[in-house]
Amino acid sequence: MRINRLAALAAVTVFALAATACGGDDKNSGSGSGGDVSTDVSFAAGSTMQKLHDAKKIKVGTKYDQPGFGLKGLDGKPAGFDVEIAKIIAGKLGLKADQIEWSESPSAVREQVIEQGTVDIVVATYTINDTRKQRISFAGPYYEAGQTIMVRTDESGISGPDSFKAGDKKVCSVTNSTPANNIKKYLGSEAQQLVLFDTYQKCVDALTAKQVDAVTTDNVILLGFIDKNPGKFKLAGDTFTKEPYGIGLKKDDKVFRDWINDVLERAFSDGSYQKAWDSTAGKIQNAKLGSPPAIVRY
Amino acid sequence: MSNQAVLYDAPGPKARRLTLIVSIVAAVVAVVGAYFFIYRPLKENGQLSMELWGPLIDPGNENFDQLWQRLGQGFKATIIAAVLAIICSLLFGTALAILRVQLRSVRTVPGVQLLISVLNLITRICVEVLRGIPVVITIFFVWVGLNQLGAKDIVIPLSDIGLADLTISYLLYSLVIGLTIYNGVVIGEILRSGMEGLPRGQREAADAIGLSTFQTIRLVLLPQAYRIMLPALISQLVVVLKDTSLGFIITYEEILRVAGQTVQVLGNGIQTYVVVGAIYIAANYTLSKIAEYTQRRMARGRKTPRQPGGGAQLPPASLGADTELPALVAKLDD
Amino acid sequence: MSVLFDNIDLFAKGFWLTLQVCILSAIGAVIIGTVVAVLRISPIPPLRWLGTAYVTVFRNAPLTVVFFLAAFGLPALGSNAEFLNIPGLNLLFSRLDYDLPYFRFAVFALMIYTGAFVCEALRSGVNAVPPGQAEAARAIGLTFSQNLRHVVLPQAWRAAIVPLGSVIIAMIKNSAIAGFFGLAGDLSQTGYDLVVARGEAVLPVFVGISLGFLLLTMPLGLLLDRFERQAVRAR
Repeated sequence: MRINRLAALAAVTVFALAATACGGDDKNSGSGSGGDVSTDVSFAAGSTMQKLHDAKKIKVGTKYDQPGFGLKGLDGKPAGFDVEIAKIIAGKLGLKADQIEWSESPSAVREQVIEQGTVDIVVATYTINDTRKQRISFAGPYYEAGQTIMVRTDESGISGPDSFKAGDKKVCSVTNSTPANNIKKYLGSEAQQLVLFDTYQKCVDALTAKQVDAVTTDNVILLGFIDKNPGKFKLAGDTFTKEPYGIGLKKDDKVFRDWINDVLERAFSDGSYQKAWDSTAGKIQNAKLGSPPAIVRY
Repeated sequence: MSNQAVLYDAPGPKARRLTLIVSIVAAVVAVVGAYFFIYRPLKENGQLSMELWGPLIDPGNENFDQLWQRLGQGFKATIIAAVLAIICSLLFGTALAILRVQLRSVRTVPGVQLLISVLNLITRICVEVLRGIPVVITIFFVWVGLNQLGAKDIVIPLSDIGLADLTISYLLYSLVIGLTIYNGVVIGEILRSGMEGLPRGQREAADAIGLSTFQTIRLVLLPQAYRIMLPALISQLVVVLKDTSLGFIITYEEILRVAGQTVQVLGNGIQTYVVVGAIYIAANYTLSKIAEYTQRRMARGRKTPRQPGGGAQLPPASLGADTELPALVAKLDD
Repeated sequence: MSVLFDNIDLFAKGFWLTLQVCILSAIGAVIIGTVVAVLRISPIPPLRWLGTAYVTVFRNAPLTVVFFLAAFGLPALGSNAEFLNIPGLNLLFSRLDYDLPYFRFAVFALMIYTGAFVCEALRSGVNAVPPGQAEAARAIGLTFSQNLRHVVLPQAWRAAIVPLGSVIIAMIKNSAIAGFFGLAGDLSQTGYDLVVARGEAVLPVFVGISLGFLLLTMPLGLLLDRFERQAVRAR
């Protein structure tokens, strides 16, 4: 009986401690810096831009678990290259960074949330492809990534995606991401070689614990992990796909799309693009920005 | 009262000595085993380093405050989802139980009777189906479905009365709906079997004083069913609390998902999950102990009807959730 | 609805994988549960405390945490759950001897989680045996283990079947979570895959997945119902 009561007391204490740690800001407001906020803007009447400007709010979907592009930090605010691009766009709409309402866009519902208007734009390492273009439209691309493979530093058996044909090397990626679907083509036996988790950190943990031999996704994300774990990992081979990242928005909103493309092109040339990179993904060693990609207008 | 005491004689001096020796041997084996199988491998892997444990347990660590603030937010989100799900499940479950008992006991014109039997069958099928599907699946498909229908956050404008607007994110209500569908059905079954297990005399007496079926249920059967089935109900509520951790699949930011995010930044997966697991264990344990205490108070306070024989056991075993099993339940002879 | 028929092979494969996980975990859980139950009712206090601690931890921890610690904690302890690879079993359950340990981790996590509930089911069974039986056994001089083996446990089993069955049904449903922790290709992952990666319509896929799980849980449930009714009639 006494032990039971002691245990109950301990339980309540832990409970109370956890509860007092509550509080703090729940709202997902972005952190300080960002693009400059244009003050004197005018848009075509009735356009999405005008609506967003008047609402003083824009809903942006991004990722919370991609290092370098969209990662929710310990302060509860998303940070990364995608986040900065969204802030540049918001700035040109006359909206400050804290007028952006962030939400997480998991791949399962990315097209739905755009179609239904739950978010206004999606900037979330969103690869442009034709299947998606049937439901939504893309502005950009604003960055061209490439899929590659990360291995432990002592690994010598993997030099590229073809090394998996033999069937003895195991690779990890994130469920239902484009990299996961791409690597499936190179595997000898999917059941024996492919592991899927919901975040990249779990893949990295599995790599460290030698459960898998490789992690595959876009190169900048992998470079971020290499950076955070000095000396443990290295890239194997070059990028073997091209992943153009675009900004997702409603399918028929050509006006908005053209406007975003204009904003992007201006950002490419006036230095804010470079600044966005340097303050986020640029801090990762070996991550290069390269020249801005050619915007595809349609 | 436990049967354990009758399984062996009270230990005499020889038995006590033997118990002591075995206890010491067992303790030594446990400690040595823990050292070799748990402590050493972990240390070799660097899992016990302060770098990984620091942000969790060392107040002096630079990340400590922020990390615990995030975890606290996650915990708050968990509790909110759990409380909402519990309230909705209880309401839904009660309504379902009333409906089913009503359908079973109503007697009217043969034509309407057929309709009622059909309704009964449909309800039964729905209940069995919804209980047979894992909660994960229910939550996931509710979320995807609501997304396709364009679900948005519900904003309750309280600014007119001077408070901040209350926003119920659509993630929260998808999770609550998913949890309610499953747990509501289970609670409904628990209450229904409780009501049907009550002695026939209760219903006959209610009939004799002229109560309608619905009044009988409301005034006589339901209150007793609640009292009798309280242990099973409480353990179902513990299940609800644990199932809120499935919210991480639909990106609802309860404590498990928040832990996943902070792990991305700090890299201390195992440590964080051990701590989060401990928090859950503490919370659930507290909940169960509160429930036991309440039940003991209520049992002491009033004379409950005699434990019914036969019927009012656990909910029908088919497709039961991982409900707790009150020891009193299994006594089939009274 | 054509989604169902076009992808029937995917559903079948997912169903078979889930079935494998459930069978292995059920066997393991019953074994672990029996051991822990004996620990809990034994006359030696430290063993009792060990049993109670085990049950308290695993009944109150969410399954997701257990899965995570199995998938990442076990490697940290240096184990690939190879101890689950019992020779001979891998003829039927092919994934047991894969290099990829996630099937074994999933089975292990489900086993130790459900074991706690099996223990409680067995204990309720033991409690259902009239105390007079154990007293009589003691009166004729049987020791604790003889008492258990010859008198109490055989009777306790009958009373424990029903709670045990509902625990197993709950475990079958819990196996859906395994898909989110590295086990590629089980029933819940198939559903996720079809809806997310291929953008198939939600409702047919939901129906397909539900049918798969109902196929596993319903027969067991009906069996238990019949057993329960028989037991009540027998008295």
